[in-house]
Amino acid sequence: MHLEGGRPPAGYDRHIGRKRLFLVALGALCALAFVLSISWGAVSIPPLEVVRALLGGGEPRWRMIVVGIRLPQALAALFAGGALSLAGVAMQSVLRNPLGSPFTLGISNAAAFGAAFSIIALGTGSMQSSAVNAVTIVNPWLTTGVAFASALVCMTVVLAIASVTRGTPDVMVLAGVALSSLFTAGTMFLQYFADDSQLAATVFWTFGDVSRASWRDAPIMGGLLLASFCLFFARRFDLNAIDSGDETALSLGVSAPRIRLEAMVVSSLLASVTVALLGVIGFVGLVSPHMLRRFLGSDHRFLVPGSVLAGGLLLLAADTAARLAFAPRTLPVSVFTAFLGAPVFLALIARRRRP
Amino acid sequence: MLTVDGVSFSYRGVPVLERVSFSLAEGEMVALLGPNGTGKTTLLRAIDGILRPSAGTVLIESRDAASCSPRERARFFGYVPQRGEQVRLTVFDAVLLGRRPRLGWSVERSDLAIVQSALKGLSLERLSLRYLDELSGGEFQKVLLARAIVQEPRVLLLDEPTSSLDLKNQLEMLATLREIVRGHGVAALLSMHDLNTAFRFADRLLFMKDGAIAGACTPSDASADLVRDVYGIPVEIVRHRGMPMIVPA
Repeated sequence: MHLEGGRPPAGYDRHIGRKRLFLVALGALCALAFVLSISWGAVSIPPLEVVRALLGGGEPRWRMIVVGIRLPQALAALFAGGALSLAGVAMQSVLRNPLGSPFTLGISNAAAFGAAFSIIALGTGSMQSSAVNAVTIVNPWLTTGVAFASALVCMTVVLAIASVTRGTPDVMVLAGVALSSLFTAGTMFLQYFADDSQLAATVFWTFGDVSRASWRDAPIMGGLLLASFCLFFARRFDLNAIDSGDETALSLGVSAPRIRLEAMVVSSLLASVTVALLGVIGFVGLVSPHMLRRFLGSDHRFLVPGSVLAGGLLLLAADTAARLAFAPRTLPVSVFTAFLGAPVFLALIARRRRP
Repeated sequence: MLTVDGVSFSYRGVPVLERVSFSLAEGEMVALLGPNGTGKTTLLRAIDGILRPSAGTVLIESRDAASCSPRERARFFGYVPQRGEQVRLTVFDAVLLGRRPRLGWSVERSDLAIVQSALKGLSLERLSLRYLDELSGGEFQKVLLARAIVQEPRVLLLDEPTSSLDLKNQLEMLATLREIVRGHGVAALLSMHDLNTAFRFADRLLFMKDGAIAGACTPSDASADLVRDVYGIPVEIVRHRGMPMIVPA
């Protein structure tokens, strides 16, 4: 069968052009937020000096603050936001559930339990009872590995429930509540047997905070984000097909169960690494894909790159606000994302109830 | 072109299809008829590979469909389900998804041109940039057909493709489908409930009853006895301007 070639409508090119422009604007905003988040702080550095320092020039005193102190934190916010948001987009698609995200499905708390187990029981982190650097992860690979293993257990339960109940959003969120509670209880159980400094340390640690990121963490998070982005971007048409239902996907040559498993494993890994290195940061994976869908629809050709940029932007903005709102005290960024995310989450649930 | 040989399928131990055999030739449009729950949708899904038959083979151009990868199967078969998810994609992008089995890394201008051509053929051009969740049931059904067409398959499998369409759109869609089938040398198997529309457009009729083929004939050879046997109601076949029509007796 061969169809005669027609000319694609001019309106379609404009439609695609607008979406591309939106991504470029989002990228520019992200770059601006990145520079400003480094610029603003206890010591204010002119944005131009920040750019100079990032390019390897400028005054040495600025360069020391920019590169030595603030850049790892800004990179962590950018990468963690991008990772959580990308995981959210992928989970929402393959579970066909608008309320899916690593946090709402319990995967973040499962990873936190795994990481806490690794830190307390396997000694992969050293602890001090101070709020700023409560836990220093000595062995990020083992901590992440155990967090990932725990997240995989949670993910398997999520997938099993999705397949048994056909995964209606309400059921999945209730399952997420149950799983989150279960793994949080597990973390509390570990804390119960921890000594005073371990207890204080793990409590501080469970507040997700990008300020504990070091130069060692950036390549791990950035590398994983890049690899996951490439995978999901290569799968952009498959994700669109799965949105239309498993049968439609299969009739288009897309094996939905295989892609679903792959996307859930990669999303769990993204969440686990973020949790293991920074703690639990909720709602970014839920909120940023929803903001994007208003502008980009459900087309993963744009949602996948957009989610990385929007998540990065959101967490950079939240982290900057968390540092400046009560200066000189800095709040963990997870407090801010919860303030932002919880109302959005409630609004999404309320909207589902409307006739 | 397509040979279905002894295909059986059971759902939770209950047989739904029992040794179904028939074949389709190039340029042939065949209507799959029978009462509700007789296995028409299951048969279409089993041919497409969405369901795995418990016995029998589906041969497409002499190849066993079971040995093909999902992507290869999607180049042979274009499946139009009864319903689909009306997600937030534009009509153009939803139809473009039909190019998935033939895409490389990215979409080429030729893919866009093929989509545009299919939209034009089904009079969907003016809806190109509308979102699927803004379409009526009938418009959406035409989009699903357009998506299957741009797959450029050898065989089109359509599950009640006209169930949401008004009379005018039914006739237009089936006429377009017949043009595609004849003009592009594909075969089409479509499940239908409206016998008179089937008599008007199909080259051949396959009657199913209780998961098996109860009879096969051309519209002009169809007998009232066969229809009565399949549907369980007495009917008459009358001729109107030379065309056979079913009338409940």
